[in-house]
Amino acid sequence: MNEMIRSLENKPGLSTVGGIDCDLHPASPSTKTLLPYLEEYWRETFVMRGVDRLSLAMTSSPPRAPINVRSDWKAESGFAGDTLDAVRAQALDPFGTRLAICNVLHGSMIMHSDDMAAALCGAVNEWLAREWLDREPRLRGSIIVSAQNADLAVAEIEKRAADHRFVQVLILAQNDEPLGRRRYWPIYEAAARNKLPLCVHAGGSNRQAPTATGWPSYFVETYVAQASIFESQLLSLVAEGVFHKVPDLKVVFAESGFTWLPSFFWRADKTWRGVRAETPWLTEQPSDIVKRHVRFTIHPVDAPPDRDALARTLEHIDCDDILLFSTDYPHAQFDGLNALPAAFGETLAKKILIDNPLATYPRIAADFKEEVAK
Amino acid sequence: MARHVVARVDELDIGKSKLVKVAGRDIALFNVKGEFFAIANRCPHEGADLCRGQVVGLAESDEPGQYRMTRHGELVRCPWHGWEFDIRTGKSWCDPARTRVKSFDVSVTKGGALAEGPYQAETFPVSIDEDYVVVEI
Repeated sequence: MNEMIRSLENKPGLSTVGGIDCDLHPASPSTKTLLPYLEEYWRETFVMRGVDRLSLAMTSSPPRAPINVRSDWKAESGFAGDTLDAVRAQALDPFGTRLAICNVLHGSMIMHSDDMAAALCGAVNEWLAREWLDREPRLRGSIIVSAQNADLAVAEIEKRAADHRFVQVLILAQNDEPLGRRRYWPIYEAAARNKLPLCVHAGGSNRQAPTATGWPSYFVETYVAQASIFESQLLSLVAEGVFHKVPDLKVVFAESGFTWLPSFFWRADKTWRGVRAETPWLTEQPSDIVKRHVRFTIHPVDAPPDRDALARTLEHIDCDDILLFSTDYPHAQFDGLNALPAAFGETLAKKILIDNPLATYPRIAADFKEEVAK
Repeated sequence: MARHVVARVDELDIGKSKLVKVAGRDIALFNVKGEFFAIANRCPHEGADLCRGQVVGLAESDEPGQYRMTRHGELVRCPWHGWEFDIRTGKSWCDPARTRVKSFDVSVTKGGALAEGPYQAETFPVSIDEDYVVVEI
């Protein structure tokens, strides 16, 4: 690895004590693990068809790839984060985490069969509630859905929303169509109605190439291409008018990176001026809409190698509200406990750790208020 | 301030524009539904000639998928990058406070009245019976 980049990642970070970790990954459950949480039809036919022996982990996020398992967090099983004890010992206690949002990445979010996808998403959510949220009060959950069938996704959101430990809806960055398209709007309306931000996490169905120029050969290309997928999705959400149609919607981009935002803002704002009549519902420049509605988890930081350069990038983004703390556990984004680079500075660090997550997640903010009242 | 005769009214049809030079300045003159307006010709973005831009209405919307065209013929789109300017005020639609061109007062006057001055019609033969566009600079 480049020595300069290595040295930045090794530098002592700022304290994360008391923070809200907005992107933590319990290991994707095996299909066998999910059987008790499936309805009888699916349970029996999965066993009959041998589906229970399949891994439904996503190839876009292979659970044993080095980037997805930090070596010192890897268990004998080859996975990380596959037990609650491991998550407590590695992801919660050492960082002094107050609350962490569990983003379970599972193949059900991108299956072709609408019904099987919905059944499995429901099982994963139920498994998360029973095996994780019931047992650890510092954990919160994301409701995973398949965006492919909006009606079924809405049904799952409405069913799960009664449990206030679920604090957001989770979909993947790459789907059948750009995320601004109207077929997805019922999902966004259901999320906003239930005070749930929509988390868009890196990864996807690979039904189109992950780059706009075609299929790459290697993971390095796929991983780096995630940032451009997010750029396209961000502009799709803005241009199609999602935030005008659903003004209460908050979107959280997880593992999108954020250091690409300045050039994205400049290009989008400039271009909008020339073609804005095509989307007359956009009455303000795209960057203003993004700053009001969209948040970004900090990892991966994709930082320039020196501290001052990151500070300049933050100046260019020109919005202290936009970043949310994350460890991205157990992915290998930093060494030791250096989850929060010193370049953020103490003042912004507090916003990233606590204030911004509270402003983003109404359900977490309500928990905090209750605690204060006690 | 001086008032300059810049065109005969019948030279500029409704919806059309014309470049005029007044006191060393390039000015884009527009006929909006029979009313005349004058703005600085140079787009503040990269300097294109606004007099060559398309004259358009204002596209508005109450929500995505709904389209409404208002203020027919009251905006000009810069021919290079499409930025829209309000012909009445010179302000750009996207950034009216910071991105704007100077707007000049315009009136229409009979040639007979013009002969009495203090109008300046340096290069312009004025006839008593015609109507003229007068720009104040």
